[in-house]
Amino acid sequence: MSNNVYVVAEHIKGRFDDITFEMLGKGKEIAGALGGEVVAVLAGSGVKGMASQLGTASKVICIESEALQQFSPLAYAKAVSAVVGAHQPAIVLTGYTSMGMEIGPAVSVDLNIPLVSFVGSLSVDGGKAVAVSQLYGGKMNVESHADGNQCIISILPGAFPADAGRSSGSPAVEDFAAPDLSGLAVTFKKLIEPEGGDVDITTQDILVSAGRGIQSDENLPIVEELAKKIGGAVSCSRPLVDSKWMPKTRQVGKSGLKVKPKLYLALGISGAPEHIEGMKDAGLIIAVNSDPKAPIFDYAHYGVVGDLFEIIPALTGKL
Amino acid sequence: MNIIVPIKQVPDLVEELEIDASGVDLDRSSLKLKLNEFDDHALEEALILKEETGSTVTAIALEAEDVDKILFTAFAKGADKIIKVTGLENPSAHQAAQAMAEVIMGLSPDLVMTGVQAVDDRDGQIPVLLAHYLKIPHVSVVTSVKAEGGGVTVSKEYGGGLVAEFEAKLPLVVGVQAARQSPRYVPVAKVRQVMKSATIEEVAAGSTSATAGSSVKRFFKPEGGRGAEMLEGSAEEQASKIIQTLKEKGIIK
Repeated sequence: MSNNVYVVAEHIKGRFDDITFEMLGKGKEIAGALGGEVVAVLAGSGVKGMASQLGTASKVICIESEALQQFSPLAYAKAVSAVVGAHQPAIVLTGYTSMGMEIGPAVSVDLNIPLVSFVGSLSVDGGKAVAVSQLYGGKMNVESHADGNQCIISILPGAFPADAGRSSGSPAVEDFAAPDLSGLAVTFKKLIEPEGGDVDITTQDILVSAGRGIQSDENLPIVEELAKKIGGAVSCSRPLVDSKWMPKTRQVGKSGLKVKPKLYLALGISGAPEHIEGMKDAGLIIAVNSDPKAPIFDYAHYGVVGDLFEIIPALTGKL
Repeated sequence: MNIIVPIKQVPDLVEELEIDASGVDLDRSSLKLKLNEFDDHALEEALILKEETGSTVTAIALEAEDVDKILFTAFAKGADKIIKVTGLENPSAHQAAQAMAEVIMGLSPDLVMTGVQAVDDRDGQIPVLLAHYLKIPHVSVVTSVKAEGGGVTVSKEYGGGLVAEFEAKLPLVVGVQAARQSPRYVPVAKVRQVMKSATIEEVAAGSTSATAGSSVKRFFKPEGGRGAEMLEGSAEEQASKIIQTLKEKGIIK
């Protein structure tokens, strides 16, 4: 086993996702503490040219195959497993993302390497990973210590600064022969772009954002009325979209859109990591929630503990 | 198709979470539990498929406090069979997935559909762990599963609303982010009725070799570093303070 930290790079449509740089920056720090190097694993087809964007890595391992042209759960899991199995890095960083979630647990079972998930803070102690997971919707931190010297860590997007890992350069590029990826049972068909035509919440100055606290889609009109009065648009957290109360185009968060309005009024949003990732850079965040311990209050500039159904009409009435 | 839906309960986050005396777990005596919302979506998508294709749906859960309730509820919603796997106490995600895989293997599944994540999955998310213990393919973060030509077409969600469509042969494990429609509601009276008529099949878990491979050292509540300035008072007063703040910051006139 080496002391190296391997980062599974994520890219789509020819661009690296921020999580790649967030992991590289953190990975470099951790590798330093282990006395090893940070290495990027870049799987794809015709992606070698992108390696120069991964200058934070000492080395980029390129696995190229037609079968890796587009992200595909099995093909990517097999490719990363092959590299990790052959090189035995101390720590593997994957994103707690749509792609990373197909890879981390797969490599963990295939190679019998422990996995710690939902990780928002990472260090090493005595050569072993110490990871803090943000569990229970961000309401509880759980510190785990790897039992052995090897661990896969699934990193929450936005947990570490991307700028720390964003450096171009000419890292050494090493080819790694792709394993047999023929005849896989899952085949990529097409990418579907998000629907347009709705309000673009990423360009709004004021967002009035509803969360689970709104309880029912029948209560959405009071939010819409407030948004209208204040001159903003309505956005929401993930559960409202999953319940089909609001369209996907209005979803703020990791799996939705990142927004940066001047005002983000969070109504009944508890502040799970998934949501925080999408709105933490707003100019002014005001949160209203019935739970005084809601994590959203850690990120809001102003907080109001109270009943949405009293405060929303009161606000609307005063505008 | 033969569809298996593993479900589980998680703490209801509306309630306050407390740490127990050991410092490495929640105080479970005060927890209010509810069905993992993503498992609810997985069950819904499975029931939609059942209606479209005449599949059979089996809901399966590991034994835990009050777990019968979510199994009976699944039956009341339309599951054909409910199974409880007994003999595992507070398993890690790896252990749970391995034990579940062993039972599911014996059920010859075409599709295994379960929630993409749960709020307490410290050592990994169930769908992909399960798939690798079952040694069958997986697609996770899925928002629709449609039967087509002997297989399925699944939509997988990336960030920013981008979606990828995949064709998959069966068997397949699907991690469900959201069903095509909001999970159906079933009246409590109907669940009570089901409790009298339906039977939960019990299967003993085999011995599991899987472990999390890491140890919990402590639970601690987030500090709330930056912290919001709290606006106190009655709802009217709070609303006035918000308006005043917005005016001071030049956001409204």
